[in-house]
Amino acid sequence: MEPDTRKPVASEDGSETHVASEAAVEPADSPSLAPAREAVRALQQAKFSQISRRELLKVAPVLALGIFAVPKIQQALLTKGLRVSDWASARLFRRGHPAPTFADAALTPFEQFPINDYDVDDPGVIFENWTLTVSGALQNPAEYRLEQIQALPRFRQNTRHVCVEGWDVIGRFGGARLSDFLNMIGADTSARYITVACADDYYESLDMATALHPQTLLCYEMYDRPLTREHGAPLRLSVPTKIGYKQAKYLTALTVTNVLDGKVGYWEDQGYSSFYGL
Amino acid sequence: MSSTILEIIRTKGDETESVGRAAYEHPLVVRWCHWINAISLFVLVGSGLQIFRAFPSFGAKIPQHDLLHWPKAFAIGGWLGGALQWHLTFMWIYLASGLVYVAYQIFSGNYRQILFTHRDIPGIWPMVKHYFFLGKKPPATEPYNPLQKHAYTTVIVLGVLSVLTGFAIWKPVQLSSLAWLMGGFHWARLWHFLVMWAMLAFVFGHLVMVVLHGWNNFVSMLTGWKKDPEY
Repeated sequence: MEPDTRKPVASEDGSETHVASEAAVEPADSPSLAPAREAVRALQQAKFSQISRRELLKVAPVLALGIFAVPKIQQALLTKGLRVSDWASARLFRRGHPAPTFADAALTPFEQFPINDYDVDDPGVIFENWTLTVSGALQNPAEYRLEQIQALPRFRQNTRHVCVEGWDVIGRFGGARLSDFLNMIGADTSARYITVACADDYYESLDMATALHPQTLLCYEMYDRPLTREHGAPLRLSVPTKIGYKQAKYLTALTVTNVLDGKVGYWEDQGYSSFYGL
Repeated sequence: MSSTILEIIRTKGDETESVGRAAYEHPLVVRWCHWINAISLFVLVGSGLQIFRAFPSFGAKIPQHDLLHWPKAFAIGGWLGGALQWHLTFMWIYLASGLVYVAYQIFSGNYRQILFTHRDIPGIWPMVKHYFFLGKKPPATEPYNPLQKHAYTTVIVLGVLSVLTGFAIWKPVQLSSLAWLMGGFHWARLWHFLVMWAMLAFVFGHLVMVVLHGWNNFVSMLTGWKKDPEY
């Protein structure tokens, strides 16, 4: 494009007026096409207004974001957005990648490990009668006693517990690998989920990849002591690759399944992230 | 730097008179990104503050020393779960607009217009003096003066930091190295919060300058064309 450098309007007699052709003044989106700033070209005011209006209209599609302000559609859009995030979370999950572990010195003192429930600190589990009811896509559905779970190799780990509210603590958790337990019960690990039910009506689910992660524990110890009631005795989940609300307490049942039937978890079903992997 | 400059004229019969000049400052991609970014930043700050309300502290949960009770009226989402939905939805829009913007600036060469470089250093002091009413306005030869370039370059850095600190909070395990760089999840949360305030400080200054520089300047971010530029 040959820039027209003739001074278009300032000529003394007004006879030298030059009006650039329309093509020559279309704003070039690429500055590399734009002439040096000295290259002043002339344009009729009406034409300039027309170009300005056209450029304004080109920005208008941004207003499409206003769809988020429409009350009827808003929740559907946000649910979809959350699903996109969950999809990305699942993609980011790496089976072999461990959650950071910490030295004993970094542990939050046991007394300062928060007790979070949705209902009561102690749902009154009667330990003598307690069993874990196991069902679903597996070979050995049964009622499992705590001793059977404790007979599996025990792992202890200092990992960070992150609450969706924003606080975090480093705790010491001990128990059997969920993957070992799934192996013991002959679970079909090609199924998509495991779900758990709790003595306080809380319920949760884990994707199978997370369930099989070596740091995912059926936890019966915290700080090398048997779980206390308020921390989920006799058995809870410890999943350091997941947000806090996935670490269900007072487990009573476990299933291996391909469908969640709209019941992902107590908080998830109210609008929180279904996957929430850390 | 280069930008298309027009002389706007009006013809009446044989008479032609100039009615001003106009410079094409903001390519369409930049305008798109600017407004999408403005909207998503608004949503992210609002929903982020609602998320913060769930635990308005950077200390321990027990014992908890609250730093700040942020009023609900200045938050988006209504409750923690709702705010997270807004945040986790708009973070993608924010990220996408940021990536498109940076890629466009780099590949088009348009970055030269706003990137602060060593050549801008000598111009800082005269401009500072002018802003504090201590000196004449240095002559403008390009769309952005050295301080503007500094601000617009800094805010891009802040944008990158907001994404990185955000990812460290969202994925402290999968992106454990990133979280580690920030001192772990706990500190990343504080950095994310501080980056937000730094960005808000920019937005405040930005809006003040938009008001001071008037309508033509504002319109330029809509149409691309700035009428009667100073250069």
